[in-house]
Amino acid sequence: MKILVCMKQVPQKDAPLKLNETGAWIREDVSYEVNEPDAYALEEALRQREKHKGEVVVITSGPARAQQVLREALAKGADRAIHLEDNAFVGLDALNTAKAFAAAVKDEKFDLIFTGLQSDDYGYAQTGVILAELLGWPHATIIMQIEKTDVGIRVKRELEAGYFQFVDMPLPAVLTIQSGINKLRYATLIGIKQAKNKPLRKVGLAEVQSAIGANLQKIERLYVPQKTKKTEHIEGPPAEIAKKLVDKLRNELRVL
Amino acid sequence: MSETILVIVEQREGKLNRVSWETITAGQAIAAATGWSLEAAVVGASPASIAGEVAAKKVAKVYAVESPKLEPYTPDAFAAGLKQFLGARQPKLVLMPHTYQVRDFVPKLATAMERTVISDCIGFKHENGKLIFTRQMFQGKLAADVSFASDAPWFGTFQNGAFRGDKAESAANPAAVETVRVEIADGVIRNQPQEVFKEAKQAVDLTQAEIIVSVGRGIKEQKNIEMAKQLADALGGDLAASRPICDSGWLPMDRQIGSSGQTVAPKLYLALGISGAIQHIVGMKGSRTIIAVNKDSEAPIFEIADYAIVGNLFDIVPPLIEEVKKAKAGG
Repeated sequence: MKILVCMKQVPQKDAPLKLNETGAWIREDVSYEVNEPDAYALEEALRQREKHKGEVVVITSGPARAQQVLREALAKGADRAIHLEDNAFVGLDALNTAKAFAAAVKDEKFDLIFTGLQSDDYGYAQTGVILAELLGWPHATIIMQIEKTDVGIRVKRELEAGYFQFVDMPLPAVLTIQSGINKLRYATLIGIKQAKNKPLRKVGLAEVQSAIGANLQKIERLYVPQKTKKTEHIEGPPAEIAKKLVDKLRNELRVL
Repeated sequence: MSETILVIVEQREGKLNRVSWETITAGQAIAAATGWSLEAAVVGASPASIAGEVAAKKVAKVYAVESPKLEPYTPDAFAAGLKQFLGARQPKLVLMPHTYQVRDFVPKLATAMERTVISDCIGFKHENGKLIFTRQMFQGKLAADVSFASDAPWFGTFQNGAFRGDKAESAANPAAVETVRVEIADGVIRNQPQEVFKEAKQAVDLTQAEIIVSVGRGIKEQKNIEMAKQLADALGGDLAASRPICDSGWLPMDRQIGSSGQTVAPKLYLALGISGAIQHIVGMKGSRTIIAVNKDSEAPIFEIADYAIVGNLFDIVPPLIEEVKKAKAGG
């Protein structure tokens, strides 16, 4: 099975975010990490390769710093990496990102393409589905299990409120992967060493420029959300907080 | 020709998904702000009766978009059928609730029509004739105002709870319902879905709990959950968790609160070490009282908390358990 895993580098979950001078994006002097659902997508690809043999290729788009995500993926066991490297990729909408990915891998023949179900920064949950449409492939989203069948794959789709659904699909296909589908592995020291020698192909903006167009939507501004709720802070040393809180639970909220 | 807003009401297996009323409320609000007219559509194999339900709301018209190939739901059928319907109707704006089903097909539909979706929105603005959708980014830490830079139709999906379903205005007289058949060619549908099912074990129904003590990543290790359980027991409540705790196997999946798990609205929701990621918030923001304990003062959970305790939960929970026990013992 030849599997492509689309991965994204996002600001760390607890990184303090500040607006940049345009007010339409953040200042990029924060720490970054791999988008968590994408880590699960990579893990799933590695497990499928362990079961069915094949190749796992990882791809990302972004500035030089994004290479870290690829290095970690190679260290965990991915076979090779593709880096669409340019600052400009950060500002592309999901449609253009998907177009850039499709252009970068147009000469390859993958059986499966995985993305995480959504990104921790934008949270749109679109890139994988858009990519499937651009490629003319079937897709399924929020996947918790993948099994190979004689005619393709059977996937377990997660629905709301604890419901699930199995879907039979032909290959090739795009799947967006839900967190918790598996348990993530750590990169080993040997893996980190081996990663250095694995192929990492850089693709410049110019190579995919003809495939992408103007963004179809625009972030006008980012801002700290206006609070609509009145929040009362309970302060003091822990023992005092405990007493104050119990007081409220008993007298104001009447739950004790 | 007036611009039209079209709300696509969701039905699953012949039942109207009630979150669609929230989208109707949103559509009515946007119609009022822009002066555009509001219509609705139901998509399925035999959507007529649900279309009739929708016609009781204040909308100009309801379409029953039908084809036998629209049942069971597949993204191929929905994208093909709706592309046909929308291509003929040419609405200005298409609205849907941000459900798992909508997420599965609307980016495909929009791309097929060379358009774009602003998804998981929590509100809108109409400034100087420009329609702007507001959505959360960076797991709720920042809000974004987003505008369309494409031709119509524009697509937007709204987050659960962003609008109130019970505020959808009813009509004095039911709207006209028009049936529209769409043709979906052989070979278009590639997925074969099986029956929807619930995982066997559903030991606890958290939707019935009056008090919930919920743990997030801040609980750090599985063994620390015992402390949260003691607090839940002392309060006479139930233990719950955000998704990462269940993904790690520290608590079973039926304790999960959030978009994939249970949606609850208890009298009291005590969030311990939960940052407030959007997928979790949608499952508990309806709680009567929310108390949050987190050492990060910037955690998005504090946006919706009634009571905020910025501090180390390991310092705060043990004395809290003691005080609760004392209070219950009549102290």
